[in-house]
Amino acid sequence: MSDATAAGPTAARPGLLGRAVVRLVVGVSVLYTLLPVLWLVLAASKDRDALFGSDLLALRDFSFVQNVRDLFAMDGGLYGRWYVNSLVYAVLGAALGALISVACGYAFDKYRFRHKEKLFGLVLAAVMVPQTVLALPLYLMASETGVVNTFWAVFVPVLFNPFGVYLGRIFSQGYVPGEVLEAARMDGAGELATYFRVALRMLAPGVVTVFLFQLTAIWNNFFLPMVMLSEQDLYPVSLGLYAWNSAATTSPEYYPVVIMGSLLAVVPLIVAFLLLQRFWRSGLTAGSVK
Amino acid sequence: MTTTTPPVTPTGAPRAPGDGARPAHRVRKVARRRELGACAALMTPFLLLLTLVFLIPVGTAVWLSFFQEDQPGLGFGPERTIFVGLRSYAAVLTDPTFLAGLGTVALYCLVYIPLMVVGALALALLLDAGVVRLRSWAQLGLFLPHAVPGIIAALIWLYLYTPGLSPVIELLGRADITVDLLGVHTVLPSIVNIALWSNLGYNMVVFYAALQAVPREVIEASTVDGAGPVRTALQVKTPLVRASIVMVAMFTLIWALQLFTEPMLLSQSTPMINSRFSPSMYIYDAAFTRNNYGLAAAASVILLLFTIALSYGVTRWTGRAGANEEAAR
Repeated sequence: MSDATAAGPTAARPGLLGRAVVRLVVGVSVLYTLLPVLWLVLAASKDRDALFGSDLLALRDFSFVQNVRDLFAMDGGLYGRWYVNSLVYAVLGAALGALISVACGYAFDKYRFRHKEKLFGLVLAAVMVPQTVLALPLYLMASETGVVNTFWAVFVPVLFNPFGVYLGRIFSQGYVPGEVLEAARMDGAGELATYFRVALRMLAPGVVTVFLFQLTAIWNNFFLPMVMLSEQDLYPVSLGLYAWNSAATTSPEYYPVVIMGSLLAVVPLIVAFLLLQRFWRSGLTAGSVK
Repeated sequence: MTTTTPPVTPTGAPRAPGDGARPAHRVRKVARRRELGACAALMTPFLLLLTLVFLIPVGTAVWLSFFQEDQPGLGFGPERTIFVGLRSYAAVLTDPTFLAGLGTVALYCLVYIPLMVVGALALALLLDAGVVRLRSWAQLGLFLPHAVPGIIAALIWLYLYTPGLSPVIELLGRADITVDLLGVHTVLPSIVNIALWSNLGYNMVVFYAALQAVPREVIEASTVDGAGPVRTALQVKTPLVRASIVMVAMFTLIWALQLFTEPMLLSQSTPMINSRFSPSMYIYDAAFTRNNYGLAAAASVILLLFTIALSYGVTRWTGRAGANEEAAR
């Protein structure tokens, strides 16, 4: 038995030297991706003098808890505001956006109507359009309607997720067999009732995948809030940290709070990815299926 | 799916025109109408967003690019909007700062995209070779930066580039090497590094997932043919994940053309990045610093056309390369 298995795979595997090289390259790459994050963790747990002393690995001058307190006390607790804002923009926006996109993708998959593929082509084209191109017109539209510098100016545009429609169509093809819908129709169920009671449950993993993609995108969003918002109370974390970093160039007491603020801003996405990891993998492969 | 058989009479003869609707036909028609109603209901929220957040803004950008605000009487007269035709486009395309920005992004793409695609593919192939222990941990580690928002990735690296804060510069300093990572010639590679760090793991996972879908028999067959691991990886596995490579290259290109967040943040700390460093920064500067909407809109449309042309080029080129490959077999 061992002979049979050894003849197959090991022949395709690299030799001893090759294996060492492979491990070295992968190891160095992992260090490259991990070390900056490790630096962030270490730097966030140091007091300000130690931060500039660059003696990061020493275990003294540890002031993680104090730094967290400083962060939430800075500028009258602005950071807490930003954090809540980001959570609302991202979690609500991604949940609503994912439901909207997947419903549309499902309709693209299951129904026939004239010019369907042309409309779908338009949706795909929307994936390509740079955000910077849309920002100025969106800003002018928001000013016209008086929503500029409000919650809605950021929240409504982030709901738009054409890539989610594309994924929704693929998931609908894969997860919702036509026979199930036929059976529901035979039973006399209405089309929408069928969607919400039967199809949506089957599409749930797809919805979670789109949610995760959109959550990341909105949490990352920086350009749109920067254009739309002037009131600091409405900022998401990304824009707030940008503003504080700009302040740090003249008043260095902002450096520790920016560093600690950055560390805490990374946490939600890591939690989301760990909790939902089996979903995003399916999304990644779906994206490359033709 | 609805059935597409043509309506027939109960006797089986084709229905003559003007024959009047048969019950079966009417039932089907009602069902079809109900389906279309449901379809419209499911699509409407997204189509509203498409119109509001995409179609109207793109239209507005094009419209704005043909107009200019004009204030006669040394800026004291009433403001009016006048049609200027292609003058804003001419202004943008002859503006050396815009052209410099375009050049910067072109150089950035030329360095970044090959590094990204080759690096991510190489890592995926190495992990797929099956000799790395703790493979899923390695993947998780490589993927971690994807969970770090772009602005924070830029912040981390900015601090790692800043003398006094950075342990890297400190270490190099001890070895008597002084580098200015935010200098004239180093600032672009520094930005490439930030983008590479952020996205390498993500794209690696995309490639790895595609490689996992390659049938094992294909690889075993190439092994039987006497191909070594390197040849198997390059000549058997790589062509089989071409669709993923094209997709990653496309998305990387589209994102690279929008270059904004990283230079915007770094510009707070280095004079090497001016406010019109990239086309996106040029648009921001024109619109919100100089309040020249016509100019910003024209630059936006130009950036949009560049993006469309290049994406189209990539699909065509890879499509043709694929066709040649198929023909060669």
